[in-house]
Amino acid sequence: MELTSLPIHQLHDLMVKKEISCLELTRAYLDRISQIEERIKAFLTVTAEEALEQARKIDEQRARGEKLSPLAGIPVAVKDDICTAGIKTTCASKILYNYIPPVDATVVKKLKEAGSIIVGKSNMDEFSMGSSTENSAFYPTRNPFDYDRAPGGSSGGSAAAVAAGEAAFALGSDTGGGIRQPAAFCGVIGLKPTYGRVSRSGLISHASSLDQIGPFTSDVRDLAQILNVICGPDSQDSISAQVDVPDFTQSLTVDIKGLRIGLPREYFGVGLDSRIRAQIQEAAYKLEELGAICEEVSLPHTEYAVTAHYIISCAEASSNLARYDGVRYGLRVDTEDVLSMFKKTRAQGFGSEVKRRIMLGTLNLSAFYYDTYYSEALKVRTLNRHDFARAFEKYDCLLTPASLTTAFKLGEKAEDPLAMYQSNVCTLPANLAGLPAMSLPFGTIEGMPVGLQLIARHFDEETLLKVGYALEQINFS
Amino acid sequence: MKITEKDVEQLATVSRLELTAEDVSAYTKYLNTALDYMDKLKKLDTSKVEPAQQVLPVKNVFREDTVEASLEKELALANAPEVEEGSFKVPRIVL
Repeated sequence: MELTSLPIHQLHDLMVKKEISCLELTRAYLDRISQIEERIKAFLTVTAEEALEQARKIDEQRARGEKLSPLAGIPVAVKDDICTAGIKTTCASKILYNYIPPVDATVVKKLKEAGSIIVGKSNMDEFSMGSSTENSAFYPTRNPFDYDRAPGGSSGGSAAAVAAGEAAFALGSDTGGGIRQPAAFCGVIGLKPTYGRVSRSGLISHASSLDQIGPFTSDVRDLAQILNVICGPDSQDSISAQVDVPDFTQSLTVDIKGLRIGLPREYFGVGLDSRIRAQIQEAAYKLEELGAICEEVSLPHTEYAVTAHYIISCAEASSNLARYDGVRYGLRVDTEDVLSMFKKTRAQGFGSEVKRRIMLGTLNLSAFYYDTYYSEALKVRTLNRHDFARAFEKYDCLLTPASLTTAFKLGEKAEDPLAMYQSNVCTLPANLAGLPAMSLPFGTIEGMPVGLQLIARHFDEETLLKVGYALEQINFS
Repeated sequence: MKITEKDVEQLATVSRLELTAEDVSAYTKYLNTALDYMDKLKKLDTSKVEPAQQVLPVKNVFREDTVEASLEKELALANAPEVEEGSFKVPRIVL
């Protein structure tokens, strides 16, 4: 068995039993990267030297007899919108092509304290605007299952890195499905925690009321271990919630007897590949065999939620991206006067999708259109929340497809920004409501992975893990 | 109401984006498509619905006003395209 295809908890056991050293493990991952990265392009930066140096430190700790924490010595890929001190962080944008953060994001600090080894910064759609990683200003990432297909996005590099064995786990960010859709496309697990569950200090902002950092893993146990490390309040992020963090590994049980699972019919409508529908129904049958109760439910405003998400995310992005002006960091196009410096810098630094969204966001926030679109979108946000609240009065979690299709071909949707956005219809509503949601691989169609999605109540990641764990056992059996 | 090329030029100015003539025509087309798409919301009656700015019941997060270490000046300036005497330097503003 290749080291790079093992889950984190097995790698941990091998290190504890001294069957492998952390240096050997890190080298195995770096070798895998040199072997396959040319074809996948999951990374924007590979930090081989730093990784080996960290690995030696972990081996020294181990030699001194110090106890290894569950993530110690484990190689991780970090999405390039999460700041890493001294390591270039570009957001896959020309406007930040040379940006070296002075400090670590809180999640990175936590991973480093846990002893994880950062092997690189993963590719993404520029400023997370996209669903295929084709909007990276540098190069697209390819799906490890089929190089002609997209890995999904925006965190496509993180998903592909885990799927291809280039990292044992990864961090991504999810504003409208940026973790869950690529996880589905690449056959790995991706979780968007509850809004506020994980600190976003050091995450480069896209849409602040929607953004959330979360992990990619190859199994549910690994997911629980990572959540144990990255969750919790942080004084550097005022919306990070003052909510106790449980030991998530306690949720790894197949005991789901009596658990009520709703299947929202709006997620099974037009556009859904009928073979994916069949897979999700199969998953529901299997969960019922384990004692869960699966029933159809309705979230009537789902269609509107997708439109509202577009309006709100573009509005927030247009405001957040005003900071890129060529003054404090990143690209500057030199000119005589300051206004044309701003305009030329931004024109050259941003890619076309980013500019489109800045323009639309600015339009939506303008006095003339504010009430027509932005205010309406905020009201739909309330309706969307009520839809979920009603469903959660009766159900403990919701089961849906994570994507209407399996991974599409590179270039297939590149010319149609709205079609690209629509490819995230299954994932957008959970962001709008701030709910935790995870994508889990469940079978394949013509060799491409199918992802199902579970959505739970605020701060109830434990139910996601429980149902996810049960589904994983079904998958293996 | 249709967005005109003139509206797009105005938007580009407030968005601080320099556009080519080609961009102007492309964005005009795109924004009109997007508005058509967004018009879907008009089908809903939201007259009795309160807007939701965010999803958590968090308000006014306060902390003690204590002095703590902050980013060193050199580090804060390290990424700047142009620096002079410990400050960010920009082209002349008042002409």
